[in-house]
Amino acid sequence: MAATVKYDEVETGQEIPAAEYRVRRVDLVRYAGASGDFNPIHWNERHAKAVGLPDVIAHGMYTMAQGGRFVTDWAGDPGAVVEYGVRFSSMVVVPDDDNGATITISGVVEDKREDKRVVVALTARSGDARVLSKARAVVQLS
Amino acid sequence: MPLNRDFVGRTYESSAPYEVSRVKISEFATAIGDSNPIYHDRRAAVAAGHPDVVAPPTFPIVFSLFGTGDALADPDLGLNFAMVVHGEQRFEYERPIHAGDELVCTSTVAEIRSVGRNEFLTLRSDVSTTSGELVCRTYNIIVERGGAA
Repeated sequence: MAATVKYDEVETGQEIPAAEYRVRRVDLVRYAGASGDFNPIHWNERHAKAVGLPDVIAHGMYTMAQGGRFVTDWAGDPGAVVEYGVRFSSMVVVPDDDNGATITISGVVEDKREDKRVVVALTARSGDARVLSKARAVVQLS
Repeated sequence: MPLNRDFVGRTYESSAPYEVSRVKISEFATAIGDSNPIYHDRRAAVAAGHPDVVAPPTFPIVFSLFGTGDALADPDLGLNFAMVVHGEQRFEYERPIHAGDELVCTSTVAEIRSVGRNEFLTLRSDVSTTSGELVCRTYNIIVERGGAA
């Protein structure tokens, strides 16, 4: 249970290259089933529009999960994440087509703490919107 | 309609332990598009030093609010589910959750506040094993759009 990234080889300000994550309607249906969150705003366009949304929107937790992937892929071990939090600042609108929406996530090592821990700040965008804010993960490096 | 502030401080227990299974972890990882073998293959997880397959960081969302459903649906709270979106989410992990864990949650309505036209409700859940070992804490802020108007 150890990160493959070494604390001594990481510097504050170091950027983690961006990655893109596709989200289509079928991904939201699958996520609804796996998570148990069947709120119809995430799969029913008629319902989403009736409650004032532009279209079906992704679960915030789906977007947060992609940020989690980004961090665990970088760290090398999911067990290295000791804290992870986000604010959902904008919706990821998912159109009913084969392309869906794209979430682009990048990161920067914001701080090096004691006990070989670092704070990774994430930026997540979909289209022109910043979909997460205050997105931070504390990661235990080796 | 503003939410009923009397709910602040109320605590809810999960009615039964949640048993974390390899199949559920793999299903959840697949649903978030993550093929990391540590989520899907026990041997890979053990080789990485884990007792069994471990759960992705956001996995506790699957069960951590089980105890609060009745509270949020209580008419006295005044929450209009149709207008609810997720505002913030945070996890603090003591250790990774792994297959075989039997987990119980104690959830507390930590705060209710108005921000502009919206109502913000913070739920904190302490996730522990049935033998009392704290595994993680979750903080969940839900937003009722227009609730404070």
